[in-house]
Amino acid sequence: MSETATAMSGEKARIGAPSIAGFTEEGENLSPVNETSSPIGGDAAKAHSHGPAASVPQASRGERPTSYDVEDFPALTGREEDWRFTPLKRLGALHKQAPTGAAPAVAADLSGGATVETAGMDDARVRSAGVPEDRVSALAWNAAAEATIVTVPAGAEGAAATLTIKGDSAEAAAQHLVVVAEPNSSAVVVLDHVGSAVLSQNVEIDVQEGARLTVISLQEWEDTAIHASSQQARIAKDAYFRHVTVSFGGDLVRMTPSARFAGPGAEAEMYGLYFADAGQHLEHRLLVDHAQPNCKSDVLYKGALQGENAHTVWVGDVLIRKNAEGTDSYEANRNLVLTDGTRSDSVPNLEIETGQIEGAGHASTTGRFNDEHLFYLMARGIDEKTARRLVVRGFLNEILQKIEDPQLEERLNETVESELAATEV
Amino acid sequence: MSTLEIKDLHVSIDTEQGTKEILKGVTLTIKTGETHAIMGPNGSGKSTLASTIAGHPRYNVTSGSILLDGEDVLEMGVDERARAGLFLAMQYPVEVPGVTMTNFLRTAKTAIDGEAPSLRHWTKDVKAAMENLKIDADFANRNVNEGFSGGEKKRVEILQMELFKPKFAILDETDSGLDVDALKVVSDGVNRASEQNEMGTLLITHYTRILRYIKPDFVHVFVDGRVAEQGGPELADQLEEEGYDRFLVKA
Repeated sequence: MSETATAMSGEKARIGAPSIAGFTEEGENLSPVNETSSPIGGDAAKAHSHGPAASVPQASRGERPTSYDVEDFPALTGREEDWRFTPLKRLGALHKQAPTGAAPAVAADLSGGATVETAGMDDARVRSAGVPEDRVSALAWNAAAEATIVTVPAGAEGAAATLTIKGDSAEAAAQHLVVVAEPNSSAVVVLDHVGSAVLSQNVEIDVQEGARLTVISLQEWEDTAIHASSQQARIAKDAYFRHVTVSFGGDLVRMTPSARFAGPGAEAEMYGLYFADAGQHLEHRLLVDHAQPNCKSDVLYKGALQGENAHTVWVGDVLIRKNAEGTDSYEANRNLVLTDGTRSDSVPNLEIETGQIEGAGHASTTGRFNDEHLFYLMARGIDEKTARRLVVRGFLNEILQKIEDPQLEERLNETVESELAATEV
Repeated sequence: MSTLEIKDLHVSIDTEQGTKEILKGVTLTIKTGETHAIMGPNGSGKSTLASTIAGHPRYNVTSGSILLDGEDVLEMGVDERARAGLFLAMQYPVEVPGVTMTNFLRTAKTAIDGEAPSLRHWTKDVKAAMENLKIDADFANRNVNEGFSGGEKKRVEILQMELFKPKFAILDETDSGLDVDALKVVSDGVNRASEQNEMGTLLITHYTRILRYIKPDFVHVFVDGRVAEQGGPELADQLEEEGYDRFLVKA
């Protein structure tokens, strides 16, 4: 893995790189989206773009504050390191006040022993795997009326749960979901977001010892939806967790999945696919916290962009703590730009606090459609439209294949097709 | 029988220093079943001719014509030319990530024939053609040209030529970078296609080596964007002994 990682990344992990005063790990590319509120503003602010002077960046991703108390998080300005790419104006006030509207309806389709129930927010399983990392998440945590809890019983084989989460209101709402995979169980849980909503969501995922759990979060919202979702997984000893996020719909989607190792010998795979059309803001910020020795993680997100002001953001934080010896990790983000007028921000961050690791690598590419690919395919008789689709489909297919559910794959393939049909390029 | 006619073809490219004329009046007629070798020193315009026939957007035809059975090829798009029966085996085939060979071959075959090939026959044909060209079976599941060696890419070009059955194939320095064994395998493929499909071949090469395995009916020597001399296979033998110096001095 480490060999492949090095070969693929072309950019070595910065082990022991000196920290430069004024520079954040994310470099100096300040997004313009929230700049109007900057005290300096305009070009002056851009020239001095090594991060907002107003806040001191944390030295390590591991130091980011977490709390169940809203008051522990200051009001957002949009210049914070983790919010600087997000257009707060389009967040439906999810960062300003408690979202007290009715949560979208949840319909469950269960098999293989998986159960679903609702419980009070005082249930012991709430707070088992997650803790808010920002104000939006904390506001929703405290506003949620109840928790929907999916349980995969110990030892269950091939269990499945699909939660269809259907929004039908423009009123800001909070939702709390908990997925518990008991020891040595194996299951696939799908969170299927449809309709339209203004939703701030906390999803806790408790992957217990030896369990194998896949969680697939589909954002197939209508165009008006606003969705912030903190999906936090706690992965116990020898457990395996796969997280797949697929974002197609919504006006603004901001996913913050995390995988935290709570015991040695565990494995996490985090995959993502997004397709941003004109005006859409699709943001994915993830964290893999190697806090335990001998764990493995693999991250791959791929995205396509088309249309005026289609904006995607990907930030991948991988933290390998001092005691996480024997870690093997890799993260990559690939973006394919199909038209002019789009913006793709891609920031892989790798922090390594121990040298005793198997491997660690990161890569990020954002590229245009390659005319030579097009010529090659067309020189074989394939018309331009089909050739473009072939390349885009092929590009995105790598993630769809990770879903390992032919029916779901087929459905998402159709979504990709209809997205492509909308392109007139 | 089909005919590919190239008449007084002038082609230029845009460079940073301005427009540069590369082909300065090329005239050439090929019939199906014939094999023509185009030889010449580097920079004489051989590859430009190949890419222009295929319709690469980098090359601007300023005058002259290319006709396929009387149809104006220059009026056709890149994909239309392929569907009309022209095939370019590229000098540097590109890698197309995310598109498997299987998917690519079937999509192209469907486009060229205007209908999907019968699945059973097609799978068998692909398998047999791959075996003939000594291409490993697992290549079918790999992405187009991705991670293939130079020699493997050339074999895969010939594989496509055998499967798509064009009327005319233009082989742009297919022999370069091949060892002797690979050269034989590739040459066998070309010979099979020209015998079985009555394919016309335009074989572009710098070296005479490949002409030991593929026997040309005609040899054209390119120098400075023009055909400087043409003749039968004996011209190739002469070039092997004398090299291109004679033409370069004259030019």
